[in-house]
Amino acid sequence: MEARVAQTQGRSLFRSDAVQKLMAFAGLIALFIVFSLSSPNFLTLNNIIGILLATAVNGVLALGATFVIIAAGIDLSVGTVMTFSAVMTGVFVVYWGLPIPLGIVGGILAGGLCGLVNGLVISRMKVPPFIATLGMLYATRGLSLVISGVKPIYFNDTPEFRDIAMGSVLGTLIPGLDIPNAVFILFGAAIVAGLILTRTVLGRYCFAIGSNEEATRLSGVNVDGWKAAVYALCGMFAGLGGVIMASRLNSAQPALGAGYELDAIAAVVIGGTSLRGGEGTVLGTIIGAFIISVLANGLRILSVPQEWQMVVTGAIVVLAVYADIIRRRQ
Amino acid sequence: MKQMRVLSLLAGATATAVLIVGCAAPRPAGTTGGAAQPAAAKPYIPVISKGFQHQFWQAVKLGSENAAKDFKVDITFEGPESEAQVDKQIEMLQTAIDKKPAAICLAALDSKAVIPLLEKAKAANIPVIGFDSGVDSDIPVATAATDNIAAAGYAADKMAELIGGAGEVAVIVHDQTSRTGIDRRDGFVNRIKEKYPNITIVDVQYGGGDHLKSTDLAKAIIQAHPSLKGFFGANEGSAIGVLNAVTEMKMEGKIVVIGYDAGKQQKEAVRSGVMAGAITQDPIGIGYKCVEAAVKAIKGEQLEKNIDTGFKWYDKTNIDADDIKPLLYD
Repeated sequence: MEARVAQTQGRSLFRSDAVQKLMAFAGLIALFIVFSLSSPNFLTLNNIIGILLATAVNGVLALGATFVIIAAGIDLSVGTVMTFSAVMTGVFVVYWGLPIPLGIVGGILAGGLCGLVNGLVISRMKVPPFIATLGMLYATRGLSLVISGVKPIYFNDTPEFRDIAMGSVLGTLIPGLDIPNAVFILFGAAIVAGLILTRTVLGRYCFAIGSNEEATRLSGVNVDGWKAAVYALCGMFAGLGGVIMASRLNSAQPALGAGYELDAIAAVVIGGTSLRGGEGTVLGTIIGAFIISVLANGLRILSVPQEWQMVVTGAIVVLAVYADIIRRRQ
Repeated sequence: MKQMRVLSLLAGATATAVLIVGCAAPRPAGTTGGAAQPAAAKPYIPVISKGFQHQFWQAVKLGSENAAKDFKVDITFEGPESEAQVDKQIEMLQTAIDKKPAAICLAALDSKAVIPLLEKAKAANIPVIGFDSGVDSDIPVATAATDNIAAAGYAADKMAELIGGAGEVAVIVHDQTSRTGIDRRDGFVNRIKEKYPNITIVDVQYGGGDHLKSTDLAKAIIQAHPSLKGFFGANEGSAIGVLNAVTEMKMEGKIVVIGYDAGKQQKEAVRSGVMAGAITQDPIGIGYKCVEAAVKAIKGEQLEKNIDTGFKWYDKTNIDADDIKPLLYD
């Protein structure tokens, strides 16, 4: 039964998703064309790499949020969980002197743990996701400051740590094409997220819970357990975001992260994932994240005042969802 | 029954949390005896800052704690989470006045919004000492602050000298509403306009003091203005953003970077020459002098209205000098 729910959902979604993705993609291309025509400094290899790099953190956060939103939940804590994971990575690598790979895994797991707590509070204690993750937002913001002693943790003694995001494996293979690793981490994470969403039980139940939680429960699925898993997964993506951020800044900045959750949610929504749950794609989220970065970068290059940049981003979020509603009506 | 149980559970949890936090929280600086000692033993001075997360405020806190020890007074140091939370700071000020302290030290986020409360303090005969930035009122008996306009103007002079008096320059400021943001921006921009007709300021942008956002912002500005010769970051977060942008785009040595304040990364960049130099205030001195002034005010001594805490220019040549080193926090 639950398989059928998921399957029919999946099939009927395929077409509408394709249209939505096409629209989002067309929007991205349109932005590219407009900015390229407006300034000769926009369409250059360096600037494209800059845009890709600027998307890395928000993109990874948005990937995690995609799962939660498809499952008809919301996670307001991704930004501060990211910061918390960055601080924990700093603690593991700098204070405890653990090897860097272990520190990275530890950072990602720290994020996963926060997500798991979110998931358990939501599924077992029946606290609405908005409230549970709001609580986590405050808690992790405070914990990051407490654990770091309100001081940034610097990775100066472990220069290899910076290479995780800012080194370029591609650049050593093909000289001159110095695309930082962070970009490939983003794409790798997107592929993993795509596989989880479309090829695993967890992904199928995400859609099933999001489209009809009660029906899924009645068909014998352990909804509470899977929900907890979805939030834990989101936390792990936030953890990965924290590692990328710490590596790029060569430091864990404990006061960062406020507002990052909104950028992530905006990327997911622009990418066509419905806040009502039950539908969404990884590709859409990635396109959504790029739209936000391209917009920020392009308007910056045109020297449009920042205040207006926020207004434009807001308008685009609403327009993207409105376009989706119109498409449904037809 | 069940409700009662939940209620008592909640009450118990709250009490435990308060106990834990109460024990973990550091005692007010200068307290030598136990918490049981009557507070009336020493004059109590609440220090209300603009924030506590940034390293700058931690250094101010250290200075005020040193003064508390030297002058045998009790202080508490608190501030809102971000420099936009004018309302939270007003609540803190209200609470501080209600405690009937001997004096209050205040770094006002909004130079006008606090005036009604200052009038209340005056009516209650509580002397108010301003620090870091002034208030549009003559109620504060003294203000210990850096002359930010003069300091940023000096940064402009240095910029002109280092780029040879001509070319394009850009600026990243932390925000467009706070007194320090406005003063540093205007101090820099006006000095360039008045004295250096051959220098054009191509862009002034605001990064909220967020390292990551300032980095992407600075990259876009450099991208948009390929012939940029100089870049000024008006606080620590902005300066680190400019620095990251210049190193990520491999423009070291091609763009003259001037920063503000200190911090480990900025100090290292100055040492290595990637950053030409920076303005430093005297945060420890600001904290110390405001508490010192408060003690004098309690004793009824006459005070100078403006206590200029000074600023210094530091670069590779003098970073380890005796008069600079103590001003630079990590």
